[in-house]
Amino acid sequence: MNALPTRKLEAWRYTDMRPLSAISFGEPPAVSATPELPDLPYPRMVFLNGALNTALSTSFAFAKPYAPFAVRGAQPMVLINAEHAKGGINIEIPAGQDAGELLLVSQASGAAPFAFHPRHRVKLGQGAKLTLIQLDKGEGTYWQNVVFEIEVEAGAKFQHFRLQQEGTEAFNTTTIHADIAGDAAYEHFTLTLGAKISRTEIEANLLGQTALAHLNAAQLLGGTQHGDFTTIIRHKAPNCPSRQTVKSVLAGRARGVFQGKIEVDQIAQKTDGYQMSQALLLSPEAEMDIKPELQIFADDVKCSHGATIGALDEEQVFYLRSRGIPEADARQILIRAFIEEALEPVAHDASKALFEDVLDSWWGRQ
Amino acid sequence: MLEIKNLHARIGDAEILKGVTLTIPDGEIHAIMGPNGAGKSTLSYVLSGRDGYEVTDGEVLFNGENILEMDPEDRAATGLFLAFQYPVELPGVGNANFLRTSLNAIRRKRGEDELDAVAFLKLARGAVKQLAMKEDFLKRNVNVGFSGGEKKRNEMLQMAILKPHLAILDETDSGLDIDALKIVAEGVNSLRDEKFSALIITHYQRLLDYIVPDMVHVLAGGKIVRSGPASLALELEASGYAGLEAA
Repeated sequence: MNALPTRKLEAWRYTDMRPLSAISFGEPPAVSATPELPDLPYPRMVFLNGALNTALSTSFAFAKPYAPFAVRGAQPMVLINAEHAKGGINIEIPAGQDAGELLLVSQASGAAPFAFHPRHRVKLGQGAKLTLIQLDKGEGTYWQNVVFEIEVEAGAKFQHFRLQQEGTEAFNTTTIHADIAGDAAYEHFTLTLGAKISRTEIEANLLGQTALAHLNAAQLLGGTQHGDFTTIIRHKAPNCPSRQTVKSVLAGRARGVFQGKIEVDQIAQKTDGYQMSQALLLSPEAEMDIKPELQIFADDVKCSHGATIGALDEEQVFYLRSRGIPEADARQILIRAFIEEALEPVAHDASKALFEDVLDSWWGRQ
Repeated sequence: MLEIKNLHARIGDAEILKGVTLTIPDGEIHAIMGPNGAGKSTLSYVLSGRDGYEVTDGEVLFNGENILEMDPEDRAATGLFLAFQYPVELPGVGNANFLRTSLNAIRRKRGEDELDAVAFLKLARGAVKQLAMKEDFLKRNVNVGFSGGEKKRNEMLQMAILKPHLAILDETDSGLDIDALKIVAEGVNSLRDEKFSALIITHYQRLLDYIVPDMVHVLAGGKIVRSGPASLALELEASGYAGLEAA
């Protein structure tokens, strides 16, 4: 197997994969457990331990058989995926087609540690549209190492909403490579709640004028969970907007990481880049590492970034309590308000409602 | 209604209140005036239950119950309301939602039915209109981007909806122009009845032109040093607070 990354690599400085390398992962066992699916009236592709389960899946007109395409990135996790991948979705939306929604579910369970490496491909032709709602769930010790290759052709719009609720002993590493053509949009939102260690790494290339990338995320972690959201947005054409709002709520001894890099090529004049990362630490043992990076070679660009890390404002808590709201409710209201901004760009009511539901129940478990 | 008996309180090592005694009967409005640093805001925070203040002696009875052991939310449920000197901004929290959550939390604690969204909105819209506020007030985030006057009006809106038995107005008049001042006064006056009392903390006499108090007390050096009828406020305006601490 290709080597796992170590913290000596700059890109992995804040995420230590040694707990993963200490485990010997076998092949995924066959399962029959039926996952609990959200009540959404969309076509669905359901993977159990990395294998497509046709009985649980419904037909989706634009799904093609899996083909092990060549990966483009050379990140350590991508190389490992390339070595082991056995399945994944392969979606092609023809030009001009509004394909509606698709639910992509991954459910994992097994007695002994196992690993699987889905390799997904999504391509939208010119002016096509797709909303992909991705749910990752499971229990037991396993490692899901996902690679996504995304191509959004001119004027197309791909909404990618992801809910990561892996089991607390699981590892999830997801690497996404997105090429976005002129006037096209890739709108990504990940809500990270699960896994012992998780990392989402997105590389988005803005290749034509007014191509747009939204890479937003929220992570709510407790216990000893570790969540890493790492992005690189490459502005390779003029007039492209990119937006990132990343919110982390960390309880217990949880640790959050956000690394966001914006590269602006010389040709990419009038780039409009925005990046904001905010973390709320609910305990003195929680930790957040934020690393914004701007690399700008054009001279007429607007790129802003900001980062804040803090605790709940006790003034605000008192204000709510003085109006009769019990302390626990007051804190929950303020945490929800903090997350709200990251959810705002999720321009899809059913997905937003799904996220709001799990956020409400997260609080109850803390 | 409210009986404060020999109240001593400190922040850290600094003793701020050094034996405040004060009674506000049902239906009366009392004003507390005094120089900066006299302990006016400390008194309002101790009464509403904010952390960081240590009561070292004395008691506070509200309708016969000692409230000093109660959480702020329980004090609110018994009918105590503090209008903040500096209302707090709550980004991401809608004003209507905030008001409804607050009203229903209080109603729940009192064993009353919660108001549904429709009934609440009707109530809130009526209150907004009465306070001459724009209706978008309800849609905005709590106090975010509000002017000083708007924030104070928002406090009055909360008061109008929560209908407390005792309102403490902590320098609600500071930074207000005359029009906003009149609205605040109207907010208090409209609640005036035999079941409603108020404690108005102010630095200036101006607000008391519009809310005529039954009594005026002077707080200086952590104690009430003088009490008198409404005319005392005018006297203080003319003579200032100098020399009062020694009295």
